[in-house]
Amino acid sequence: MLLAKVIGNVVATQKNQRYEGTRAMLCRQITPAGEEMDYTCIALDSVSAGEGDIVLIAQEGWSASTAATGKPGAAIDSAIVGVVDQIDLF
Amino acid sequence: MQIARVIGTVVASVKNAKLEGRKFLIVQTLDADLKAKGTPTVALDAVGAGVGELVFWCRGKEASFPFKRDETPTDCTIVGIIDSDSHVFQK
Repeated sequence: MLLAKVIGNVVATQKNQRYEGTRAMLCRQITPAGEEMDYTCIALDSVSAGEGDIVLIAQEGWSASTAATGKPGAAIDSAIVGVVDQIDLF
Repeated sequence: MQIARVIGTVVASVKNAKLEGRKFLIVQTLDADLKAKGTPTVALDAVGAGVGELVFWCRGKEASFPFKRDETPTDCTIVGIIDSDSHVFQK
């Protein structure tokens, strides 16, 4: 799973019907130490994450679709599955 | 599957309901010579691994198979603990 920071969201009126009622968040990957990386992606929210939150993103179709919409089979490859409280590096 | 070292832990109170009770660990993927490769990532633990241990992880849909396979949203799961660094044999 990817560690990322929510940096915004996108609004899309015209979209695949399976995306109805979901929130598409714009996320930037970070390292465990908190440094921002180049990779950004759109991930559907399943945990009510907000801008600025550090989150965990699952990047696998079945997981993402099930987590974000409750059912598999949607054209979704990234979903936010957790909001990070704390990262400990040893 | 890839060899990795567990280098940290992640605490997430708010998470998908199907991840309740699961443990998130930060893993640094290693090459066959046990040298770090790429950025550390977060993996779900399926075998009781801990910080400092040498493990291997599985990615993709198969990563959810150790748990409730149709429900658990994970793309990276620790599926084995390597006995020690000297238990990686390369010819």
